[in-house]
Amino acid sequence: MNSDSQQRFDVLVIGGGPAGMAAAALAAESGSRVGMVDDNASAGGQIWRRALNGVETVEAARWSERLRSANVTTSFGKRVFDQPETGVLLAEGDDDLCELRYQNLVVATGARERFLPFPGWTLPNVMGAGGLQAMVKSGLPIRGKRVVVAGTGPLLLAVAAYLRKQGAEIRIICEQASWIRLAGFGASLWKHPAKVSQGLQLRKELASVPYATNSWPLAAHGGQRLESVTISRNGKTEVIPCDFLACGFHLVPNVELPLLLGCQISGGYVQVDDLQQTSIKGIFCAGEPTGIGGVELALVEGQIAGLAAAGESKRARSLFGERRKTQHFARLLDRTFRLRPELKDLSSAETIVCRCEDVPCSRLREHKSWRAAKLYTRCGMGPCQGRICGPATQFLFEWNPDSVRPPVLPARVESLASLAKSN
Amino acid sequence: MNSKSFDAVIVGAGIVGAACADEFARRGLRVAVVDRDVVGSGATAAGMGHIVAMDDSEAQFALTRYSQRLWQALRPELPPDVEYEQCGTIWVAADEQEMAEVRRKHEYYGRLGVPTTVLDAQVLQRLEPNLREGMTGGLLVPEDAVLYPPCAARFLMERAQKLGAQVQLGASVAQIGQARVRLSDGIEIAGEIIVNATGAWAAELTNGIQIKKRKGHLVITDRYPGFLRHQLVELGYLKSAHSVSNDSVAFNVQPRRTGQILIGSSRQYGAEHKEVDHDILRRMLLRAQEYMPALGPMSAVRTWTGFRAATRDRLPLIGPWPEDKSLFLATGHEGLGITTSLATARILVDGIMGATAEIPIEPYLPSRAGEEHVHA
Amino acid sequence: MSTPNLAARDVTLSVNGARVSVPLGATVAVAVAMAGQACRVSVSGEPRGALCGMGICFECRVSINGKRHCRSCQIVCEPGMEVETDE
Repeated sequence: MNSDSQQRFDVLVIGGGPAGMAAAALAAESGSRVGMVDDNASAGGQIWRRALNGVETVEAARWSERLRSANVTTSFGKRVFDQPETGVLLAEGDDDLCELRYQNLVVATGARERFLPFPGWTLPNVMGAGGLQAMVKSGLPIRGKRVVVAGTGPLLLAVAAYLRKQGAEIRIICEQASWIRLAGFGASLWKHPAKVSQGLQLRKELASVPYATNSWPLAAHGGQRLESVTISRNGKTEVIPCDFLACGFHLVPNVELPLLLGCQISGGYVQVDDLQQTSIKGIFCAGEPTGIGGVELALVEGQIAGLAAAGESKRARSLFGERRKTQHFARLLDRTFRLRPELKDLSSAETIVCRCEDVPCSRLREHKSWRAAKLYTRCGMGPCQGRICGPATQFLFEWNPDSVRPPVLPARVESLASLAKSN
Repeated sequence: MNSKSFDAVIVGAGIVGAACADEFARRGLRVAVVDRDVVGSGATAAGMGHIVAMDDSEAQFALTRYSQRLWQALRPELPPDVEYEQCGTIWVAADEQEMAEVRRKHEYYGRLGVPTTVLDAQVLQRLEPNLREGMTGGLLVPEDAVLYPPCAARFLMERAQKLGAQVQLGASVAQIGQARVRLSDGIEIAGEIIVNATGAWAAELTNGIQIKKRKGHLVITDRYPGFLRHQLVELGYLKSAHSVSNDSVAFNVQPRRTGQILIGSSRQYGAEHKEVDHDILRRMLLRAQEYMPALGPMSAVRTWTGFRAATRDRLPLIGPWPEDKSLFLATGHEGLGITTSLATARILVDGIMGATAEIPIEPYLPSRAGEEHVHA
Repeated sequence: MSTPNLAARDVTLSVNGARVSVPLGATVAVAVAMAGQACRVSVSGEPRGALCGMGICFECRVSINGKRHCRSCQIVCEPGMEVETDE
């Protein structure tokens, strides 16, 4: 280990996406000593991940600048894995360990894609929609590659448009939701003019790309890597040769850290009050963990949480109206992109559900609970700690997740041995 | 439960309860098992899963060795997910004083028919190159094994079920005794014999049993095949296991068939919560790194805790409970429940059926001296 | 429009002994993909590559300079890095 460091903050923000950036900036502007920690190499989270060859969006650049001028102490490439005692978090870098002490905490851990198992989904080059986008932004050449985009949620369009701009040939976009649901979604967007113009822009960019509703992947084929995808397109089966399948079924919140901290979770989301405070005093939560609502809601929640954590509740209250407007969009998302039951039947008996331990669907079906499946099959016992197969089995078998124990992400033995070494 | 009355009702579906169910069923008794959770989910799931001959006392040696032989006999029938691996144990000696203990153990085991090999520093280093240099030597006990306990318990329980045992899971038990088991929802199950096999919770159902919860912590790493070949235990382990008042840690690591390394061990009295205790976890891992510095940078994927059922003389309670003719105990196995489950079931049922057990049962009887119970 | 003008400066590293050049700032997962390799072999022997691209799924684990189980999607390539797949 290189060096261990200890830092103290009035407000510590976990997560450097839009919610975390907003929280950190506003708390620091209010005069608090603020730290922000993220696992990634730079700020922006997934949605504002900066491409090697690209520039930040106007809004991302604005928040980056605000973060800089507000004097927030940022720390990237650090994974928070434990809270050994109240007010102390431990984070591990690739070769160091830091102890972070806080008065108030803002959890802005974002969301991940939901993956559903289907035959062939474990083949290389089958990736998440956001996953492929992140890889391309990190330098993966995509020009001239044939890509099928599938799954559900607004991310699919954004990813397809981005990849196309980078020179990919988007063969088709398969959205599992019905066009009736989507039409309802579109009709309800009048309350969110920004979303409408974003949507129109995306559709314009994707004008020549087939967009199929009522459609989803049935199987991915290939030897050492993906070669083609079979889709169900509005009731008909079609095989499409391709180099990549970008496939995600909307988002699930990252609630492992709030669970470890003891925050109350309901319906999968962290429960917060008006000021974004969780059931634990002094611990606030903003963005996707409180409900999947997109970047605008994350920014407002982040600002409220940052202000409240810095003791500026009055100013925080002035943002309640803006939050109310964007919350409506979050509810729309949930309704529109609810998973259809047919997707429960995609797996065959041999389809692997837990990718860390290679547990096939047939071995899981015989169990009645996540706990039993874990004990007897090792499902969810690998290094991802059930982050991928947990949400999948929750949808497939209606299993409820377990409690969470440290480390919330795998950590080095020596880091666990350094827990709370000082008081 | 389809039938209302059984020859035997076993409370607790851990490995001891499962072994008892299997033994009763194989001897033709009608048996039922009740557990508040799923099979093998308590201390069975939390333990390391070793099948070891231990010489803390003659009685402990007799029970562990007998049970180890039963496991060896069962081995051909065990399904692959039980992951039975005869990796052997090496007791690691860090100094000359511990080396003297190695030679004493070698002599003791040899006299009782258990093969062992004394290792000098060079051989030890060759067998386990990731041990810190400068160890004095060790004792290899090649017949010791490890397995994956939840699947072992499940195998035994399913074998019992094939022979007619009825298993009711997710049923919490309110009261036992007087030839019946009353569930929290009021339902009663009658049995001529009631077996309390609820491990560290046994005293909650049977007043007066001298059992204390002894909390333990474990850590498991990602897969590092070839890093470790034997179960390694420091000879200071017994000092840790014997400490009755203080929290203690000892170096104990196991290679799993998956290539994962299981790191233990800790012992705490008076800790009733299942949450990870950071201080003892830290001490346990520092101890492990003292013996194996190369563990430091390895990726740990999970930590967990469990509760051993500890008795005052460190021997289990197997046999009739003096205050209730219908009630039998099969608990108090401390850290050796996986090893001794099969022998526990065998001698318990031998006693009940009037058969002669292969080893003397007196040291384990709940009525033995030193285990005089407190009247409720 | 943004043309992938990646080769402002390249970084050269080795993947399973073969030299690979990637744009400055690219992640190890990208280098592995550009070398035409899968990241790891699963418990049951399947080839696996990056899935989530954000450090959550652990599918992109590789050995980097002898250190095992590194999430290649979260680590930026450095000159001379030695990456081994097939963990």
